[in-house]
Amino acid sequence: MKNLKSRLISRLAFGLLAITLAIAWGTATHAKARRHIVVASTTSTQNSGLFDFILPRFERKTGIQVRVIAKGTGMAIDIARRGDADVLLVHHRPSEEAFVAAGYGVRRFDLMYNDFIIVGPTADPAAIHGVASAADAFRAIARHRALFLSRGDESGTHSREREIWRDTGIDPSGASGTWYREAGAGMGATLNIAAETDAYTLSDRGTWISFANKRGLKLLFAGDPKLFNQYGVILVNPARFPHVNARDGQTFIDWLLSPQGQATIAAYRVNGVQLFHPNATAGPKP
Amino acid sequence: MSEIATAFAHAFRLIVELDPKLVEIVLRSLGISLSAVAIAGIVGMPFGALVAITRFPGRQALIILLNSLMGLPPVVVGVVLYLVLSRSGPLGIFGLLFSPTAMVIAQTCLITPIVAALSRQIIADLYEEYRELLRSLGISTRRAIWTLIWDGRLSLVTALLAGFGRASGEVGAVLIVGGNIVHVTRVMTTAIALETSKGDLGLAVGLGIIVLVLSIGINAAAVVTGQFARRIQG
Amino acid sequence: MEAPVPTSRTWAPMAADRGILPLALDRVCFIANNKLLIDHVSLELGPGVITMLLGPNGAGKSLFLRLCHGLVPPASGAIRWLGPEATQAARHQAMVFQRPVMLRRSVRANLDFALRARNYGRARRRRAVEEMLERADLAALAERSARVLSGGEQQRLALARAWIMRPQVLFLDEPTANLDPAATRRVEDIVGAIHDSGAKIVMTTHDLGQARRLGQDVIFLHQGRVIERAPADRFFEAPQTPQASAYIEGRIP
Repeated sequence: MKNLKSRLISRLAFGLLAITLAIAWGTATHAKARRHIVVASTTSTQNSGLFDFILPRFERKTGIQVRVIAKGTGMAIDIARRGDADVLLVHHRPSEEAFVAAGYGVRRFDLMYNDFIIVGPTADPAAIHGVASAADAFRAIARHRALFLSRGDESGTHSREREIWRDTGIDPSGASGTWYREAGAGMGATLNIAAETDAYTLSDRGTWISFANKRGLKLLFAGDPKLFNQYGVILVNPARFPHVNARDGQTFIDWLLSPQGQATIAAYRVNGVQLFHPNATAGPKP
Repeated sequence: MSEIATAFAHAFRLIVELDPKLVEIVLRSLGISLSAVAIAGIVGMPFGALVAITRFPGRQALIILLNSLMGLPPVVVGVVLYLVLSRSGPLGIFGLLFSPTAMVIAQTCLITPIVAALSRQIIADLYEEYRELLRSLGISTRRAIWTLIWDGRLSLVTALLAGFGRASGEVGAVLIVGGNIVHVTRVMTTAIALETSKGDLGLAVGLGIIVLVLSIGINAAAVVTGQFARRIQG
Repeated sequence: MEAPVPTSRTWAPMAADRGILPLALDRVCFIANNKLLIDHVSLELGPGVITMLLGPNGAGKSLFLRLCHGLVPPASGAIRWLGPEATQAARHQAMVFQRPVMLRRSVRANLDFALRARNYGRARRRRAVEEMLERADLAALAERSARVLSGGEQQRLALARAWIMRPQVLFLDEPTANLDPAATRRVEDIVGAIHDSGAKIVMTTHDLGQARRLGQDVIFLHQGRVIERAPADRFFEAPQTPQASAYIEGRIP
C-alpha cells in the first residue's frame, strides 16, 4: 500500500500538470476563436510603431482583431504566397505587382509613402552631407572605402539600396566583408550594428525616428526622389486560397484607403514628426 | 554601462507595477513552455527508458542520434515546422501557423530529444543497479520501465528542468512559427528580440532579467519539492 | 536466538510429485573474454538439502548461481528443470545477491513490489506483506526508506522479499559477506526458516564456519570445474581431493 503522503504529492503534481495543460489549451483555442485577420507586413513598418497607433482604432470600430506578422519584405510576400496571411502590406512595387500578376493577390492599391534616408557617423568621413543625389553619396562612400552596412535580407530597403548601387555603376558585393558589409537582418538589428561600428547605412525614416539606440549615428542625406518609398496593400486572393478571411480583409483595406484611415495614418507622429504620408487614390472597390 | 543600470530599473519597475502587458506575456511564456515540457516528459521519458533497457539492432545508432538531436538549432526546427504547418504545407488544413499551439509543437519537437536522451542516461545508470533483481523477479519490460521511472523520479526531474530551460530560453523556433503577434503569440524571448530590434536595449535586458528570475524561481521550486518529497519518503 | 520465527500450515514442504526440481546441468560451459569460466559442469540439484557452493576466488561460484537461476545463458550445454511444473520454473525461484538491491521506496513497498510482479490482488498483497514483516522482524521498519537501513537490515529485507514469493528454490550469493556477526546470525536464522518452510537452498559462501553450520550438501568448484561433491560432514572431515583439502586449510584464498 502506498504511503498516503507520497500519494498526495503525486496527485498534486498531476493536478498542476492538468491545470497547466488546461491553461495552454484555453489560450490556444481562445486565440483561434477570436474574429481576426492576419496581415503580413515588414519589420520597418512594425518598428516604426505605426500599427500600434492605427490598429486599435480599426479594431474598436469593427471588432476585428488585426494580427501583424512582421518580417522582411521577401519573407512577408512568401508568407502571403503560401496563403498564411489574409492581407499583404509591403513597400516594393515590382514585387507587389508580380504578386498580383501571378494570381496570389486580388489588386494592389497605393497606401502611403515615406522615404529612405542615409545615416552615418557624425564625423561623416566620406563627406556625403550636402551631395546632390543618393547615387553621389554612395559613390563617395565607395571611393572613400568607408564602412557601409547593408540589410542584406532581400527586404524593400535592401532592394532600394541595390538599385542605387546600380545607378552608380559600382558593384559593392566584391568588397563584401571589407568596407561593404551585409547584415542579413531587420532594420532595427542593422541600425544596432551600424551604430556600434560607426557605419553608413540606408534606412527608412520611420524606423530611424523611433530607433532608440542611435549613439553616434546621424541623418546625413535625404530628399532624393530616388529615395521615395511607396507602400502598397493587397488582399490575398480568396479564389486561390479559399480559407482566406476575404470579407474582413477587404474591410481592413477599405478602411485604410478611406478618408478616416488615411487621416489616422497621417496623424501618427514620433517626436512631433509625421512618419507616413497617405497617398491612396480613390479607386473603385473590387 | 548605463544601459545595464537602465535595465535593472526597467525590470524593477515592470515587476513592481505588475504591468498587465508583462503579466500576459509571462503567463503565455510559462503556459507554452510548461506544456511542451509536459508532453516531452510523457513521450520522452518512457521512450528513453525503453531504449535504456532493451536491446535491438540499431540501438547504438539511435542513441547517437538522440544525443545529437539535443543540439538541434531552434531556428531549424522553426523553419521546418513553418513549412509543415503553412497553409501550403502538408498539415495546412489545421491552420495552426502563428498560433500558440504551433509554438507548443515547436518547443516540444525541440526538447523531446533532450528529455529522452537525458532520461535514457539516467535510467541506464539505474538499470545497471536494478537489472539482475528485475530479471530475477521476472518483471516484464513494460513494468520495468515504470519501476525505473518511478524510482528515478528525483533525477528525472533534472531532465525535465533541462528541457524547460531550453524551451523557455529559445527564440528561434517560436519567432518563426508564432510570428510574435501582440496579444496572441508574443512571449518573453520574442518580446526581448523585438525590443532589441527597436534599439530599446535597456528594456530588452530588463525583460531578460525577469526571464532569469522566473527561471531561478522554477528551479528553486523543483529543488524544494524534491527535498520535501525526499523527507516524506524517509 | 531471538523470538522464534512462526510457521504456518500454508508453508508446508513441497511434495515430491509437484514442483520444479530437480535441476539438471549437462556439460554446461560459459565463456567470457575468451576464457572458459565454467568448464563442462554436469550435476543435478535435488530437493530438500541445503546445498553449499564453495571454492576459491575466481572459481566461478557466482556465475554458477546465475546460470542456474537463468540470469545468464550458457555458452554450450543444457540447464533443465525436470520437475512436473518445470514450464513455470521462473516463477518459483528467487535470488538474493551479495549486495542487496534496494528499491528507492519504503521497506513495505519493496515487499509489495515483489508481489505485484506476480500479479497478486491488493487484499492478498496486504495480508502477505503484513505477515512477512512480522516473520522477518521488519515490522518496526516498515515505513522507512529501504536505502537508509543498515547492511544487515537490508539483507533481511532482501530475504523477506524473496521469501514472500514462496519460492521452491532460493539462490543466495554470499549473503553475509559484508555483515557483522550479529547480523550474520539473524540472516542465517531466516535462511533456516525459509528452508524449514520447504524451499531448496543453494548458496555460496567464503565463511567455512557458516558452511559447516548450514550446509548439508557441498559442491566444491575450482577454476570452473566441479572438483568434489559430498555430504557436508564428510566433505569437511575427509576431503577427497588435494584442492579441497588446501581450500579447507586456508592454503588457497
